[in-house]
Amino acid sequence: MIKRYLIGIFFASAITGAFCSCTSPDTGSKIVINEILIDNQNNFEDDYGMHSGWVEIFNTSYNSVNLAGCYLKVSSKPGDTISYFIPKGDVLTSISPRQHALFWADGAPRRGTFHTNFVLSKTSDNWVGLYDSGRKLLDEIVVPAGILKTDQSYARVSDGSDEWEVKDDSETKYVTPSTNNKTLEGNPKMEKFEQHDSAGFGMTITAMCVVFTGLILLYICFRCVGKIAVKLRQRNAMKAHNITDKQEAKERGLGQAPGDVIAAIAMALHEVQGSDHDVEETILTISRVKRSYSPWSSKIYTLRENPHKK
Amino acid sequence: MGEFINFLQNNLADFWTYTGFYNATYQHFIMIAVGIFFIYLAVAKEFEPMLLIPIGFGMLIGNIPFNMEAGLQVGIYEQGSVLNILYQGVTSGWYPPLIFLGIGAMTDFSALISNPKLMLIGAAAQFGIFGAYMLALEWGFDPMQAASIGIIGGADGPTAIFLSSKLAPNLMGAIAVSAYSYMALVPVIQPPIMRLLTTKKERVIHMKAPRAVSHTEKVLFPIVGLLLTCFLVPSGLPLLGMLFFGNLLKESGVTRRLAETARGPLIDTITILLGLTVGASTQASEFLTVDSLKIFGLGALSFVIATASGVIFVKIFNLVLKKDNKINPLIGNAGVSAVPDSARISQILGLEYDPSNYLLMHAMGPNVAGVIGSAVAAGVLLGFLV
Repeated sequence: MIKRYLIGIFFASAITGAFCSCTSPDTGSKIVINEILIDNQNNFEDDYGMHSGWVEIFNTSYNSVNLAGCYLKVSSKPGDTISYFIPKGDVLTSISPRQHALFWADGAPRRGTFHTNFVLSKTSDNWVGLYDSGRKLLDEIVVPAGILKTDQSYARVSDGSDEWEVKDDSETKYVTPSTNNKTLEGNPKMEKFEQHDSAGFGMTITAMCVVFTGLILLYICFRCVGKIAVKLRQRNAMKAHNITDKQEAKERGLGQAPGDVIAAIAMALHEVQGSDHDVEETILTISRVKRSYSPWSSKIYTLRENPHKK
Repeated sequence: MGEFINFLQNNLADFWTYTGFYNATYQHFIMIAVGIFFIYLAVAKEFEPMLLIPIGFGMLIGNIPFNMEAGLQVGIYEQGSVLNILYQGVTSGWYPPLIFLGIGAMTDFSALISNPKLMLIGAAAQFGIFGAYMLALEWGFDPMQAASIGIIGGADGPTAIFLSSKLAPNLMGAIAVSAYSYMALVPVIQPPIMRLLTTKKERVIHMKAPRAVSHTEKVLFPIVGLLLTCFLVPSGLPLLGMLFFGNLLKESGVTRRLAETARGPLIDTITILLGLTVGASTQASEFLTVDSLKIFGLGALSFVIATASGVIFVKIFNLVLKKDNKINPLIGNAGVSAVPDSARISQILGLEYDPSNYLLMHAMGPNVAGVIGSAVAAGVLLGFLV
């Protein structure tokens, strides 16, 4: 009865957990629009030597993502949306983990997969949306009219971050087509350690604390589990001996078989089983043993020395 | 005819430039000598033969000189060569978790479950890792390299390979060879430190016999162990996940075939490949550097610190334990996770001072706790530095 009750609780909690996770809002997409440049005069050049606006897409995950079949949509006035279907069958549409893909807004889709059928408006707001093959919106952004000058881009502060800014090609805010929005010049974590913990004391204290915490948690847990196990064993032994008085059970040492006693019992059992095995039938048989001949197992070929005939 | 002889001579001269004799340097011969020494230790002294034979022979394979500019695709560092393909299990770090799967499937955690306070010794011995980390920083290594070198003190080859493949791939060969060499030398390194740090009275402490552990407890251990340690240090998941999974295969009692595969053919196969490729990765041109010598020095020190910290911790711990619950400090060395060698050292030394004092099962507790501890420590270092 108790077991059924426990199983019921387990399933109820599992279903509740599953329900909670289903209703939680879907916040993130693996691929996002990362940077947009509208008026390209002297910036990045495409493989035809042309300067056109571009839209950069970033794969935020640590797995490859294929853009084939997705849609890039652009609208510069209400009710006028141009949709670009990213063709299937081009291996280059697969974006490696944490990498980028650049689409040219040049209105010349015949130039290749990464040349779209739209051009970004230099005078009005540009809404750019990225949809998956099922037309579910993955990401969108509005680039307000007049915010960008020539060769400036509107980009996330760092790859995949929520904040956007205008990249005016200054020392700290430079336009970064097909590359990281923020270039990491070094390993900040390591530099932090080198700066603040050059001798390693901080790391030693912190890491040893974590190691001890982990094993202390295990210790506490298994101390409790051990106590419960001993109590359960004692209760079962009391039930088997029809004893209800705990004091009496303690005095008789019920459920407290020491390891050496158990080892002795195990050895005795092993010996008994072993001796059973050793009793062989002593009947001689005259059944002929047939073995098929094979040169691979022939003694003639495997003997290292020929028998001496005397 | 003369032209033909000339052609043959040129051919032979060309062939000569491809031979090992032509391309050999004194560094190759040093590494070959080290490889033969490892094989000697394994065969004659029986020091960790399962590891030293593949590593030693791997050193011979990796140090056969050849024309490296000919693009023969035979060297371990030449992309697409057979050795390079086998070495990818090391560089991408998937051999160590498979080794941990096998270790889990062959480890009996009963000693630890019956006396969980022994886990703390396994934690204390990890100080060897961080002691070596501090020394490595002092000796001029950067934090990521220092962490990879420090993990040698965990006395856990797979963990050392796993961490160094992530943090300092260029030092991995030296770290792996150092870790495995010192694991093989545990019988030489540990006893003097244990003797130095303990009194005669302490060495003859008899510990209470461990209680019998139920099947339920054994099944619970890998599940609870995984959840507790990996929620705390998710970066240790590949190692800890496989370790506890292997142990569940063993203890569940219903997956006997899987457990036998994990602790038998699978771990044997991976050990062969791991040992051989780690040995071959010690190609003289890449391996014989001042840094390698420093790593060997730091590796030895890390083992010394780990052993000492385990023994000293037990002595301090004994101050707060009841008289009948005292721990023999000779099992403190077993906190380094060289399973089961360091536990065997505790047993041998214990018997030396009292022939009726069997410490093996008690020492197995901190020994397997050391495996968990070093994997957690690796996870912490990975989490902090990557």
